Amino acid sequence: MKLCIEFGGGLELLFGNQKNYDVEVPADGSLTVRQLLPWARDNLLQDRPELFMKGDSVRPGILVLINGCDWELSGTLDAELQPGDEVVFISTLHGG
Amino acid sequence: MVALCSTCNKERAALKRPKTLEQLCRPCFFRALEDEVHATITSCRLFRAGERVAVAASGGKDSTVLAHMLTLLNARHGYGLDLLLLSIDEGIAGYRDDSLATVKRNEETYGIPLTVLSYRDLYGWSMDEIVREIGTRNNCTFCGVFRRQALDRGASLVGADKIATGHNADDVAETVLLNILRGDAPRLARCASAFTGAGGPLPRVKPFKWTYEKEIVLYAHFKRLDYFSTECVYAPYAARGFARDLIKDLEASAARPSAIMDLIHSAESWTVCLGDGGGDGGGGGGSDAAASDGAAAAAAGGNGSAAAAGGGGGGARRPRSCTRCGYLTSQPVCKACLLLEGLNSGLPRLGIGKVKGGRGSAAAAAGGGRGRGAERAAAGCGAQGCGGGGCGEVGAAAAAAGAAAAAEAGGRAGRPPRRAAVIEFESEGATR
Repeated sequence: MKLCIEFGGGLELLFGNQKNYDVEVPADGSLTVRQLLPWARDNLLQDRPELFMKGDSVRPGILVLINGCDWELSGTLDAELQPGDEVVFISTLHGG
Repeated sequence: MVALCSTCNKERAALKRPKTLEQLCRPCFFRALEDEVHATITSCRLFRAGERVAVAASGGKDSTVLAHMLTLLNARHGYGLDLLLLSIDEGIAGYRDDSLATVKRNEETYGIPLTVLSYRDLYGWSMDEIVREIGTRNNCTFCGVFRRQALDRGASLVGADKIATGHNADDVAETVLLNILRGDAPRLARCASAFTGAGGPLPRVKPFKWTYEKEIVLYAHFKRLDYFSTECVYAPYAARGFARDLIKDLEASAARPSAIMDLIHSAESWTVCLGDGGGDGGGGGGSDAAASDGAAAAAAGGNGSAAAAGGGGGGARRPRSCTRCGYLTSQPVCKACLLLEGLNSGLPRLGIGKVKGGRGSAAAAAGGGRGRGAERAAAGCGAQGCGGGGCGEVGAAAAAAGAAAAAEAGGRAGRPPRRAAVIEFESEGATR
């Protein structure tokens, strides 16, 4: 499934200092955020996985937006992704 | 799939608010957040018309959103404030030099004049130089103490009446937790207040006291505000990080976003009795008064404001001028001067930990007039054996090591060992 993934708020530093990724994620039919996270960790992340994930979710303090909307509106980990969706991860865990 | 905004019922909702669980679209969210900050500003009487307000600007998300929102609210509600940006350059390569570029862009975007002061200008040391002396364990103590003073000094320099900081609800909740862990009663009494230092020359206000970090970040993201987001390179070593993780865990993993508000509310509800204080401490810092609004904080009298202005360790004392720099302090010598003395005398851990009484004497006795480049081994607690322990927290073993090092130093200088200095040093006052 084709997706646009973006990392911000300093999270891009874990992902080779690259903010935007256009990716093709293997999926049989449906794909949820729960499945996307480990894929991103294993395929895109380059440094310190513990700063990206905790358990099967993102580390608390990382915001997730799907097509510009808070993932809490669409079921967080169970949110189903569609081809072409834009998924943004923003860390809030930095100084202000 | 995504619901409609619960306020306007027209636009697609863009977020779920952690505080109210409302689902709002972007425009309704912007307005709701701005109205809440305006409510904090008015109900806590943070500003008065005509005041010159220095916005502490780091280039990060909180201060960027604060500069944006104060500019906007000042115009919308006619506060009549004269706003300006104030930045402190700690001298951290790869961090502040980049974020200052962001602040400079903010200066242009909002049309607010910017002043930048560096640690090197103010103290003769950059943070990078301090870390080379002390390592990455207690360095945030230096940074925090120096920054607090630097902001005050900078604010006086630009003729400001008040300093506005971008501390958000998550920050305040973190601070509440940290002050509990440290047993710092005077700070506990005032740390949740949106208005501190009411009786001092430069009060501080936190317009984002009730604003969640998540919403500040989303506000900045949705509005495409230009902010800088690299973690301070030294921050992973700071104790604050643990408190922050705990709070984020409570918020997210425990699915209880109200944990942040609950912590702030509870801190406001405590009455902290400050028994110490040599006669002026009776009555204690009624945290209700200190917490809620400016008038109340001012009315709470010398005690609360003394503590806020002074920033001393144990027990609120009357504020006085530091005998070295003249800055307001609750001790004869202010914390920054004490830390500086440690750095300049080759005893960089001097100001970290607890001191009971006679800071000056401890500093003088321990320092012994060594130059900045003095060998660390010659300086009691700067010794290698002490390095990992964080001398502020050491027990008998490290005290003995310190005594031994002091003895060695004393021996070299042809003097008896200064044991008293080591003991006083060991029991030194709380850090920020």
